[in-house]
Amino acid sequence: MCTVRGLVKTYPAARGRRGAPATPAVRASDGIDLDVVRGEVFGLLGPNGAGKSTLVRQLTGLLRPDEGRVRVLGHDLVRHPERAARLLGYLGQDSTALDELTVSLAAETTARLRGLDTRAARAERDAVIEELGLGELAGRPLKKLSGGQRRLACVAAALVGERPLLVLDEPTTGMDPVARRAVWAAVDRRRAERGVTVLLVTHNVIEAETVLDRVAVLDRGRVIACDTPTGLKALVADEVRLELVWRAEPPLDVPEVADLRKAAEAARSADGVTGRRWTLRLPPEAARAAIATVTGGPAFAALDDFTLATPSLEDVYIALGGRAEGAEGLVKA
Amino acid sequence: MSVVPALSGASGTAGVPGVSDAPAGLSGASGARGASGVPGASDGSGTSGEAGDMPAPLAARARLLPALAAVYRAQLSRARVARIPLLFVATFQSVGIMILMRGVVDGGSEARSVVAGSSVLVVAFVALNLLAQYFGQLRASGGLDHYATLPVPPAAVVLGAAAAYASFTVPGTAVTAVMGSALFQLPMAHLWILLAVIPLSGAALAGLGAALGLLAPRQELATLCGQLGMSAALLLGVLPAARMPQVVSYARDLLPSTYGVEALARAFDGQPDWWAICADLGVCAGVAVVSLAAATWAYRRAAVR
Ligand SMILES: Nc1ncnc2c1ncn2[C@@H]1O[C@H](COP(=O)(O)OP(=O)(O)O)[C@@H](O)[C@H]1O
Ligand SMILES: [Mg+2]
Repeated sequence: MCTVRGLVKTYPAARGRRGAPATPAVRASDGIDLDVVRGEVFGLLGPNGAGKSTLVRQLTGLLRPDEGRVRVLGHDLVRHPERAARLLGYLGQDSTALDELTVSLAAETTARLRGLDTRAARAERDAVIEELGLGELAGRPLKKLSGGQRRLACVAAALVGERPLLVLDEPTTGMDPVARRAVWAAVDRRRAERGVTVLLVTHNVIEAETVLDRVAVLDRGRVIACDTPTGLKALVADEVRLELVWRAEPPLDVPEVADLRKAAEAARSADGVTGRRWTLRLPPEAARAAIATVTGGPAFAALDDFTLATPSLEDVYIALGGRAEGAEGLVKA
Repeated sequence: MSVVPALSGASGTAGVPGVSDAPAGLSGASGARGASGVPGASDGSGTSGEAGDMPAPLAARARLLPALAAVYRAQLSRARVARIPLLFVATFQSVGIMILMRGVVDGGSEARSVVAGSSVLVVAFVALNLLAQYFGQLRASGGLDHYATLPVPPAAVVLGAAAAYASFTVPGTAVTAVMGSALFQLPMAHLWILLAVIPLSGAALAGLGAALGLLAPRQELATLCGQLGMSAALLLGVLPAARMPQVVSYARDLLPSTYGVEALARAFDGQPDWWAICADLGVCAGVAVVSLAAATWAYRRAAVR
């Protein structure tokens, strides 16, 4: 369906200008291999700057890779980038081209430019506006909408005109839960009814766990893991995450509390002691014991809050060696 | 007080904390679906050959004229929303210039070129200046990606936008020409020539504007080029040619708007020299073809980086 081999892309260094500091060269794709299967919702998960957009821009013929191969539905898109427009629907991160159109004209024009005749374009426009619940906004220019509403209108434009592959770069950024679910449902419907393949970029862990069949975790231009969300979480299934927030100085004279602090300080990357927040990863029994400690005696008086969570893809990201600041870049809501 | 930790702890154990929009249990369900629904998905191997053999059919391209019409319509609606105040500015500017020049020129051929120059200035303002800004911004923000991932001929995007901007100048140009004729007591009998002057000089200037916007390495430079082009149209088009130094009049000959100005100025004669008008408009048309071709080339170059 979509095969990527040895993809490398380096953005050249830029000399500093007045007001703009010099930037070093960035290897935004660092030897990427991917196989996306027909009919699956495949995700690219990673923090900002991981190279997700750079990767999909090479898959859509917008950016020429320095090295590597991209085959989509049997077409070599490195050699024939112009074919991408006839194979896939793309939602980029920018909406400038549509900003001053009304929602309905944006969808209709995009459908016309995907080769539909007027009647088909209008029918698709009405269907997608209905599907995404954009009816009330249809007559308003995108510029006058909130960020999430505008994003939804752009999704509508990306969905008109049938394509066997949809490439969506952070489609749900800024959306409220209702809009987000509408997008997920629209994506799922296309997959279920027409066998459409979806490549979805996200930095939202919940989105990844909810809608993706498989997910490639990206970090600094490399794929550090690729599996089903469940499969990935099995990597860290033997641990749970415990977060403690203290309202006052924790009673370190209690030996168990002192041990917890030591464990938190020794923790990997994003875990650890941040001000009055301790984050620990523990086997379930140990976590249970820890909770018993902090919910009794002097510790409880100093405790503000605690949470216990089963592993998420964020934990997978950390376990796989992703950057600590990268894990913070992953959004959980 | 002491209830707070216990409560949040309870919500924490339920699974993913702080999630309001994930349907309950979906994270597990989607994993299961992924594993069962897509055979062999988890290893990802043995599937790459499947697509490699038979290239999938390509969807139809959008044809030139329908695509051009769609872009035109969208751009015109966009111009209506965002550019009407600017059209007023352009018209007021031209009318103001004519009023100022009334004290300087003394009727006759100079008055004709002032009115013609001010009218075509409206075209330059919108088609050259605003279009250069628009394409400069589109390119800088990555908005061209939208068009580049649609199967449209580049010419449809460029021509559609240029045509929309050119038609958008019609009311302002007509108002300026009529007011100028009244102001300087010029005959209005041949003002219908605007029907040829606006599209031809509009196309030439819009092509130039689009090319500048798409070729400028930075957005600010695109804006600057558009502004400079308009200033040139103002200085070289409105000020009477006879009073200019030799070098400047060469520059005047190079500017595409000059020929639109000359054609319109000639039409203010009682007995216009139609051959000369046709020649001027012919030059306009020639420049329009060249500049639109250049703009299309620039678009192609900007869209596939
Ligand atoms: N046009 C560009 N020129 C130079 N560097 C870029 C450009 N676009 C992206 N980068 C850099 O490449 C890296 C990956 O960017 P991107 O693919 O946009 O990440 P993501 O989409 O995952 O947030 C970042 O370090 C970013 O700064
Ligand atoms: Mg991105």
